[in-house]
Amino acid sequence: MESAFIIEKSVVIVVVFAVTMIMAMYSTWAERKVAAFLQDRVGPNRAGWGGLLQPLADGMKLFSKEEFFPNTPNKFLFVVGPAIAMSTALMTSAVIPWGDRLHLFGRDIILQATDINIALLYIFGVLSVGVYGIMIGGWASNNKFSLMGAIRAASQMVSYEVAMGLSMIALLMMTGTMSLREISLQQSGMNWNVFYQPLSFLIFLICSFAETNRTPFDLAECENELIGGYHTEYSSMKMGFYLFAEYASMFISSTIISVLFFGGYNYPGMQWMVENVGVNTANLLGIAVLFAKICFFIFFYMWVRWTIPRFRYDQLMHLGWRILIPLSIVNIMITGIVILRHDIAAFLGF
Amino acid sequence: MSIETISLSGRKKVVSNKDMSFVERLYLVAIVKGLFITVKHLFRKKVTIHYPEQVREMSPVYRGQHMLKRDEQGRENCTACGLCALSCPAEAITMKAAERKPDEKHLYREEKYAEIYEINMLRCIFCGLCEEACPKDAIYLTTSKVLVPANYNREDFIFGKDKLVMPLEMAMKNAQLKNAN
Repeated sequence: MESAFIIEKSVVIVVVFAVTMIMAMYSTWAERKVAAFLQDRVGPNRAGWGGLLQPLADGMKLFSKEEFFPNTPNKFLFVVGPAIAMSTALMTSAVIPWGDRLHLFGRDIILQATDINIALLYIFGVLSVGVYGIMIGGWASNNKFSLMGAIRAASQMVSYEVAMGLSMIALLMMTGTMSLREISLQQSGMNWNVFYQPLSFLIFLICSFAETNRTPFDLAECENELIGGYHTEYSSMKMGFYLFAEYASMFISSTIISVLFFGGYNYPGMQWMVENVGVNTANLLGIAVLFAKICFFIFFYMWVRWTIPRFRYDQLMHLGWRILIPLSIVNIMITGIVILRHDIAAFLGF
Repeated sequence: MSIETISLSGRKKVVSNKDMSFVERLYLVAIVKGLFITVKHLFRKKVTIHYPEQVREMSPVYRGQHMLKRDEQGRENCTACGLCALSCPAEAITMKAAERKPDEKHLYREEKYAEIYEINMLRCIFCGLCEEACPKDAIYLTTSKVLVPANYNREDFIFGKDKLVMPLEMAMKNAQLKNAN
């Protein structure tokens, strides 16, 4: 493997990692700001202009807080829990295409850490490992309430992963590929998948709310029933890791929604820009467009959080198993019929 | 118009327990409506008061901490008649009267004065009835924004004369103002 390729990929990986971290960091700030604005308040405004240094201040506070360990049978697992949650949240960003290509130093640089042909499977795989972080953390806390929170989180994630996977199948039938890069390329122009698969999008959106443990599905944490939830016994930066992982996975799932359904880095007139202005400008604009979409979905997560109250647990299960899963199967059938009709029409020569 | 349909406030609504239609049971419309309600607040004027820099404007009838007044010559008005304590619904005021000595004429206006005058700030409800009851214009509720400060000892919430009596300088200033007018 040539060294330029390795350097190129390392730079992309470092940049992607840094961007994910910064986005997650500022999501904590944005969440507080959005929450405040939606409730006619002002929100953090002391640390820096508009409270922009608030994440740094929070980080410093979390790092300098006392490290507390409950009398747990396994201290190792107690530390591993937040680490798993954090690393799975960060691992997913490896397969996301942030842009098409940049032409720099006489090379075509593909703006993606790695383009694997089973990217979707990889994402689902990594996401479902994330539940171990919560489960192990809840169990190692040696606290019944934490364990109950963890069990709730685990069963919720398992049930919603089924619907999520099924909703994806309809999309896969249409695109015929699992590579996120190819899915992005297919959506150039305004061929966004959301116009062809609105039901699939809706199911995917609802499931990603559940997968990231966000309101209205944040059953894993619940002050009035479980004291805190799976992270009751956590303090200092271990707690910070869990919260950070939530924001990182929120960023990732916003990215996945943008890439799968909203065209990723594509914007109307991109082809024209490439031909007339230049590859680099067009693609830098593409990255900006992708981030605009991501920011909108992060905002949407927060917007929903401050609008809809938390579901009851049986309502959550009802919605997951008895509504979303049948709906996604119906969606698969409809997609199948449409594709079949199309094929038959093509075969008969219409 | 029958009595059942009259609505004085104009907001009367008849409760209906009709079954929800299919679209209503999807809740999606309701959720979208709710989202629009919350996003409207994103652009509203914020009601926050930035406290240390801005202070909320008090109501014109605001009643702050009590003060035992002095007259223009700096003599205490209070004669320890006990009417304030009698009118106090929270029974926060206690006092002990004493007789003025001949050499104390510059301190107290009348022959009787309050040797001890205490208000229990944990009980006081700042209703202002003491002020209304006082025949000698002695006790006043000021517009001071310094309310009862937090403390670790309950004894410190009992304000004695050291905290309640108007400072002499203030009485002097009042006298000067009165002369100027």
